[in-house]
Amino acid sequence: MSDASIWLTLLVAGLVTYFWRWLGVLVGGRIDPNGPLFEWVGCVAYALLAGLTVRMIVLPIGPLQATDLGCRLLAVAAGAAALQASRGNIAAGVGAGVAVLIGLTMAGLRLWG
Amino acid sequence: MTTSDPVSPRAWRQGVRAGLGASGLVLFCSFLGFGSLVRGSGIGLAAGLVSSATTWALPGQIAMVELYGVGASLLVNGMAVWLTNTRLMPMVITLLPQLTGGGRVSWRHYLIAHVIAITSWAVAMREVPNVPQEQRFCWFAGFAGTLWAISVVATAVGFWLAGSLPGPVTLGLVFLNPCYFFLLFVADWRPRMRLLALLAGGVLGPVLHPVTPDWALLIAGLLGGTLAFFADRLWRRLERRHV
Repeated sequence: MSDASIWLTLLVAGLVTYFWRWLGVLVGGRIDPNGPLFEWVGCVAYALLAGLTVRMIVLPIGPLQATDLGCRLLAVAAGAAALQASRGNIAAGVGAGVAVLIGLTMAGLRLWG
Repeated sequence: MTTSDPVSPRAWRQGVRAGLGASGLVLFCSFLGFGSLVRGSGIGLAAGLVSSATTWALPGQIAMVELYGVGASLLVNGMAVWLTNTRLMPMVITLLPQLTGGGRVSWRHYLIAHVIAITSWAVAMREVPNVPQEQRFCWFAGFAGTLWAISVVATAVGFWLAGSLPGPVTLGLVFLNPCYFFLLFVADWRPRMRLLALLAGGVLGPVLHPVTPDWALLIAGLLGGTLAFFADRLWRRLERRHV
């Protein structure tokens, strides 16, 4: 690994990322915000993010692979319950979810596999 | 049609305050994780900071560092980051008109687009309707600009903390991101079309991942989003018929 190649990699990563943002501005200025095309793009955006989020919970990459699927599902369920109980406080929900995952994992509980 | 007020210091300050809340905390923790990944990869702190400042889209940054670490070619690395960040385009298209109220595209739009990423987008889609139209651009500039600055700082903190955090804390930091996005969607699933899109994408994402890890996300978005779009139209038509 040479020192120069990381800077070239960073430049490419920055440019290809901004490409999508640039294209979004360019295309967005030409779409009617009240039209069906706009609604469709919104559906794609939400479906993409939901796909990414659920994949990160169900089939994680990295350190979460060592945790049990049942524990992760219980943790997000606890987060959703805390969110409801606190009338939409996201921080309370996330705190509860993370605490439940750490607690169950440290207790060595395995519900799934 | 109103164009946004170019300067509204009050709206900007309110945005900054919003950025220092729960979303800022979650991003701080997420970028702590990225900082420690940078430390482990050996690319150095400066490269990590440049990545957070200029790419500012975490999944792509993680892909970049990991692929660089395993010696992938520049082409493969660039393609991976490019594909991972496809989601940014529909996000910019849906959020930007709400911030600017339409009108001509200017350099300010190209600048603000850089701070549209998952967290800033998901929170803004929820909060922006409560902000008066003429203040939205400044509010978002303050909000997303704060999140961006927090991310760069957290990259450095994570770099310095790397290796000194206990295992369960690291686990919690990694779990924070998916948990936060999931709850954002639970809290903000209306209208019906959005719910359908979330369900379709949420099922297709993990189902397609083992089949084609590279393309799963893109297919889940395009296919799931399109299915949700037409299902909602069909539903609307049936409702009209049965009134």
